[in-house]
Amino acid sequence: MAKLKKSPWIIHYDGSSCNGCDIEVLACLTPLYDVERFGVINTGNPKHADILLITGGINAQNKKVVEQIYQQMPEPKVVVAVGICAYNGGIFKECYNILGGVDKVIPVDIYVPGCAARPESIIDGVVQAVDLLEMKQDYFEKNGISYNKAMKNKNESNKENES
Amino acid sequence: MLEVILRGLVFIIAAPFVGGLLSGIDRKITARMQGRRGPSIFQSFYDVRKLLSKQVLIVNSLQHMLVWGFLIFVVFTGVLFFAGEDILLVIFSLTTAVMFMVMASYSVNSPFSAMGSQRELIQMMSYEPMLLISAVGFYMATGTFNIKGIMQANIPAIVYLPGVFAGFLYILTVKLGKSPFDLSNSHHAHQEMVKGITTEMSGSVFALIEIAHWYENVFLLGIVGLFIVSNQWWSWIIAGIVILITFFLEILIDNTSARVKWDVMLKTVWAITLVVGGINIFILDIIR
Amino acid sequence: MSFIAFLICFPFIVAALLFLTKNDTIRRVIVILSAIAITAVALIFSISGIVNNACLEYLEDTHTIDQIMIIGELAILLLIIITSLKYKKYFVILLAITQTSLIIWFEEFGYKSHEKIVHIFSDRFTNIMCLVIAVVGCMICVYALGYMKDYHKHHKEYVDRRPMFFTLLFVFLGAMFGLVFSNNLIWMYFFWEITSVCSYLLIGYTKTNIAINNSFKALWMNLLGGLGFAIAIVYLGFNHDIVSLQQLVASHGTLIAVSLLAFAGLTKSAQMPFSGWLLGAMVAPTPTSALLHSATMVNAGVYLLLRLSPLMEGNLAGIMVSLIGGFTFFATSMIAISQSDAKKVLAYSTISNLGLITACAGGGNAETTWAGILLLIFHAVSKSLLFQSVGAVENETGSRDIEDMHGLIVRYPHLAYIMLIGICGMFLAPFGMLISKWAALKAFIDTGNMILVLLIAFGSATTMFYWTKWLAKLISVSHRSKIHPDRTESTEWFSLISHAVLVVVLCLVFPFVSMGLVEPLVTEMFELDIPVIISKGNMIIMIIMLCMIIILPVAVRILTSKTRYKKEISYMGGINTGDDRGFVDSFGDHKDMYLSNWYMNDYFGEHKIFNISLWLSSGIIIILMVLTIGGAF
Repeated sequence: MAKLKKSPWIIHYDGSSCNGCDIEVLACLTPLYDVERFGVINTGNPKHADILLITGGINAQNKKVVEQIYQQMPEPKVVVAVGICAYNGGIFKECYNILGGVDKVIPVDIYVPGCAARPESIIDGVVQAVDLLEMKQDYFEKNGISYNKAMKNKNESNKENES
Repeated sequence: MLEVILRGLVFIIAAPFVGGLLSGIDRKITARMQGRRGPSIFQSFYDVRKLLSKQVLIVNSLQHMLVWGFLIFVVFTGVLFFAGEDILLVIFSLTTAVMFMVMASYSVNSPFSAMGSQRELIQMMSYEPMLLISAVGFYMATGTFNIKGIMQANIPAIVYLPGVFAGFLYILTVKLGKSPFDLSNSHHAHQEMVKGITTEMSGSVFALIEIAHWYENVFLLGIVGLFIVSNQWWSWIIAGIVILITFFLEILIDNTSARVKWDVMLKTVWAITLVVGGINIFILDIIR
Repeated sequence: MSFIAFLICFPFIVAALLFLTKNDTIRRVIVILSAIAITAVALIFSISGIVNNACLEYLEDTHTIDQIMIIGELAILLLIIITSLKYKKYFVILLAITQTSLIIWFEEFGYKSHEKIVHIFSDRFTNIMCLVIAVVGCMICVYALGYMKDYHKHHKEYVDRRPMFFTLLFVFLGAMFGLVFSNNLIWMYFFWEITSVCSYLLIGYTKTNIAINNSFKALWMNLLGGLGFAIAIVYLGFNHDIVSLQQLVASHGTLIAVSLLAFAGLTKSAQMPFSGWLLGAMVAPTPTSALLHSATMVNAGVYLLLRLSPLMEGNLAGIMVSLIGGFTFFATSMIAISQSDAKKVLAYSTISNLGLITACAGGGNAETTWAGILLLIFHAVSKSLLFQSVGAVENETGSRDIEDMHGLIVRYPHLAYIMLIGICGMFLAPFGMLISKWAALKAFIDTGNMILVLLIAFGSATTMFYWTKWLAKLISVSHRSKIHPDRTESTEWFSLISHAVLVVVLCLVFPFVSMGLVEPLVTEMFELDIPVIISKGNMIIMIIMLCMIIILPVAVRILTSKTRYKKEISYMGGINTGDDRGFVDSFGDHKDMYLSNWYMNDYFGEHKIFNISLWLSSGIIIILMVLTIGGAF
């Protein structure tokens, strides 16, 4: 059943960025794009959120914050990396304090391209994230283990096999 | 007795639908006021269905119990009200319910919830006198605290209680958690207190709170109706219209005002209570 | 008669014994045995009295007893004079001499009643009071055994004067029994004075400067009330040929005397503007506070007021008492919001609660009196429980600040549960203050006293605020706190647990207490059938509410047994250091988090409200007293 499809709640975190994507995410809430018509709410609280929207790259200081916010979200959850900085650090990539994209610290499900990412593409990313949420929920109901955990276990066993 | 149980059952079953729908309509109208399309009017049901299916993160096991206490007492309050019991008892039961909520959010030992629960307490302290004075007003206007009796009055209570009604509308904004008095719990993100009193509630625990709020809203609008109804059948229609107008006004106020500080809320609410409510019952006492 | 004589005299004998006992073990045995004896006798006496509906009266030739009382009064006077001279508080001497000489002159040379009067009597009200004093008072004495041992372990700086302390506790009990059983106003006055002096000595127990000052504050305020009492006796004797309480209650047109007696009642029950002494009483060891605040001292005041309530319907005395009561209820509950010291919160809440009882008494009709008596019972038990649990917590943690009780439910779960029961018994719906608020609201609307309606409406909101935030503080669960070993003494536990059980049982059997005890009593006092105050249907609803609260924990356990939980740290913007106790600051260091309750000192602080309230309430009293006295002449 499509339990999650109609009510994706979002938490938005802005890492090391020029704040361009940050503004574009908020632009989605404006009357012009009105992301709430999909039932999206910007909760600002990881414990209520289903989707983590991250703009900007990861630096030494926000690494732990991102990890903690991700950990505080209830399953099933999806991470959407918005913009090029969230992909690999973007224009800040060579800075001394930048560790890279969001996937350095947490598993990312969807990458939204752009510098800055346009609201249309962000909304598209969210809509895709909703489908992924459904998939993860179904996976859990079938297998009794959360998708993210299963993937993590699989990766680890692969690594072990390789070594 | 059978009738009381029946009325209670009808409330228990029907109120979540009405409440959920009202909250959906609220969001729709809000969106339209802001020039947006807005979500479906069934959005609140979708939200709760999702919350129920999600994993529950808790900080401690006490909070779940207290949230259940909140829900049960809110439902109980509504049942008492719609079954036509004593209105003072209804108010006391409501107070108990809110206290459960405050304790639930304080028990998690988190900064945002702690702040939210203290603010919720302030809110409760500001609206409680007006609630009691409303009950007093009903008693003076109709000679009984019994809600069934109040509904059978010859002349609707509002004729005697215009001031009390105005005061009640004022605290209704506080009670519904609408701006400018949405101190303890924000409906919108990016506030200084995250989600205030519900910050640490997730999944089905949060769903319980949402459902409780549906019940509570129906009950509160019921009190608005109680001011209007009399033993004439058409008064029910007017009551319905007044409830809808009230509801629309609350949304309008919500969308046109900014949040105030707690001290402004406390001062204005107490002042309004004293001036409008107090003078009303004083006059009523004189002309009685 | 022998039972009554036992109840009055036995505590004095035990007191004398304890005064001579220096050995801890012997004292323990004496206190426990005599507490059991007093409780047992009081139980037998009161319950048989209630069951048989006995209204006992004793006519006696009391010449010798009268003489003994005069000697006693002189002894009290001497004691006051000596201590006042020692501490240079001369105005107290003036007060004491005036009233004692007034009474002695009246008794020896003044008016003698023509008819023989009943000196001792007992009806339902005395039975109720007797039960409260015996059960609560004796348990406090038992509690004091363990508490005082710990107290002197923690406070080496004070001289251990325990023999004295226990003596005073028992004298207090004896005096209270005497007070409620006396019908002769002069006898009542005698016991009234004993309680004043006892509380004065108990408050000054530690002999620190602040204790001495506060004890004198208590003394002069109560002596002022005593002066009112003395004048009332003389006035009644000369003008109305009345020397007994029964005659007074049956009489009419004694407004001046009633307001003088009510004035005495107001001072003793620490109403504004006389609240200062009860607040000062906090400096004494906790059992003193428990005794003063619950079973004895302040109850003597409201007992007198409730006795007089049939005489206060709709007259100036009634207006004065109900106004002062309602005002005190509201003002002190606001101040309680700004206090973080648990004992101070309790002190203010006592004053506030007694304010409500006083307002009920001043309402002067059957419904409010009914409410007042019920509240008196509930308040005595719950408040005693709360004081004792705060005392126990203080002995464990070394602090009685509510802020330090954060997460008490994890650290000292048993004490926390006991405290929870106490707080719920005080104010949580369905019982506690609810019924009295209910009846009082209804009665005041019916009598058209709108100011009091407003005061109660606002006061109940502020009351709810300070209790709820305390409750919330207790149950705040902080991670990785450990259960601390509980070293509370067994005698303390005995008293705490019996109190807690008593509170719960009282709540459950409340309808029976009301129907079987208080309603007939009120009917008797007002000589009319009282209307149904809380209908049967509402009673059932309240019982359902109570049961819901009790069943809730179990039911939820079952309901949620299938829920999959994941324990997760609380949200702090992503910088929780991992144990909910701190966060990472901007330098990357650990910073402790501290969650405080709101006290709103700028709005509800003592400095903001207390003095204004003093002036206002003094104004009310003075104006109404002048009106009463002036109007009657």
